Amino acid sequence: MRAAAETYLDAASTTPLHPRARAALVEALDGFGDPSRLYGRGRRARMLLDRSREQLAAAVGAAPDEVVLTSGGTEAANLAVTGLARAARRRRHLVVGAVEHTSVLAPARALAGQGFEVTEVGVDGSGRVEEAELAAAVRDDTLLVCLQHANHEVGTVQPVREAAALAHQRGALLLVDACQTLGRLPVDMATLGADLLVASGHKVYGPPGTGFLVASRQARLRPVLVGDERERRRRAGMENLPGVAAMAAAVSARVAEASAEQDRMAALAGRLVAGLAGIPEVVVHGDPAHRLPHLVAFSVLYVEGEALLLLLHAKGIAVHSGSSCTADTQEPSHVLAAMGAITHGSVRVSFLRDATRADVDRLLEVLPDAVADLREMAELDTQAVERATEGSGEPRGGAPVGPEGSGEPRGGAPVGPEGSGEPRGGAPVGRERR
Amino acid sequence: MTTATTTVDCLGLACPIPVVRLARAVASVELGGVVELLADDPGARVDIPVWCRLKDQELLARHDRPEGGWVFRVRRAR
Repeated sequence: MRAAAETYLDAASTTPLHPRARAALVEALDGFGDPSRLYGRGRRARMLLDRSREQLAAAVGAAPDEVVLTSGGTEAANLAVTGLARAARRRRHLVVGAVEHTSVLAPARALAGQGFEVTEVGVDGSGRVEEAELAAAVRDDTLLVCLQHANHEVGTVQPVREAAALAHQRGALLLVDACQTLGRLPVDMATLGADLLVASGHKVYGPPGTGFLVASRQARLRPVLVGDERERRRRAGMENLPGVAAMAAAVSARVAEASAEQDRMAALAGRLVAGLAGIPEVVVHGDPAHRLPHLVAFSVLYVEGEALLLLLHAKGIAVHSGSSCTADTQEPSHVLAAMGAITHGSVRVSFLRDATRADVDRLLEVLPDAVADLREMAELDTQAVERATEGSGEPRGGAPVGPEGSGEPRGGAPVGPEGSGEPRGGAPVGRERR
Repeated sequence: MTTATTTVDCLGLACPIPVVRLARAVASVELGGVVELLADDPGARVDIPVWCRLKDQELLARHDRPEGGWVFRVRRAR
């Protein structure tokens, strides 16, 4: 019952099937067959596989034989980083952005223990990779530069073309993780200057368990999954044909639809950001200009992110938090930390293609009270602790005597965003966003 | 800088509690007063310096504690 009424604002995590993807999936489910076999059923499967691969290639400006089908974006990223490193002869150095997805960072860091050197390039307060630092990091023995098209937590679009030029000057290849941008912003291998590109099916209205890597001819890969000669010996294992057909249908549909909906998405994001300005002590993350149109990320000071998510969940709203501080083993978000942004109380809102103003308004209707409630609880907790421990003897009256907008955490106190939640460290403030 | 140092012990407490208590403590000392915050949550290591920057408060130092965690010394600057 709740699921049906849920306002789903987490498109950056996963998306529902596009109707065209669903139709392709259902149709392909009944047409079983091994594309590697030569009889009729195999040939029909091969034809569907080839057609799907051509659709995917066309969507990103690649040749069909450059497309390697995988189980998702994570596998594609692992194959790109690990497979390229295993095939490398002399070049033993990798450059990665500090705010890459962990499916890129983890295999890169694993290589650091295997004779490779890895340089992580920092970002500015908006999450954008520092170009000067990137330029200094690329060397003559650099094999690969990894830079996401847009960040998955804060939506900042990276200077990918500039990175391509820097990589190519030194004979290195560029890997672009386009999981968040395919079907939302134009993704074209040549325009981006990408030599390898990672995409995920379920983030672009295709089914989970699907994804693909584009590896241009310069990118020699050793397979990670071995055992047969499928995917031109780059990825062994029976192709997920229904999934691939559905992903191809989704990608084709989304690439055609995306440009027409950008203004609508930007308007929704703008509406949300304008509403957030009315909640005290909220910092909006990301680059105001270079960004995903459908994603807004922010931190609510003095509030625990997961507690806020649970309160919103109780009201039928699904959003994601980058901060999961409840388990003491968990580190703060590596993205927000690299940006020098507040990591607690972080919320990511991302719109589905059919999102409406009513969805934004629903969130804005519930959020201020949820924030105020949590801040009040934090205040009570603080007072309880101060009563319990004898305190340090500092002078304190009954009323808080904080400096103007010092961040005195009080639930629902009329401290406007004026001069309080203002990020001064380079992160853009909400209402300047668009 | 002449006022006594106030100590806030947030060892064992997860974010955002160290930030909440720091904000409260800074607000309660005189201008120029110093708050010493003990914390061991990994989030605090990131968020305390960021909070000081956001709020124009002066982070004087951050020391590692031999027992784990950190000591942050923050002077109320406004």
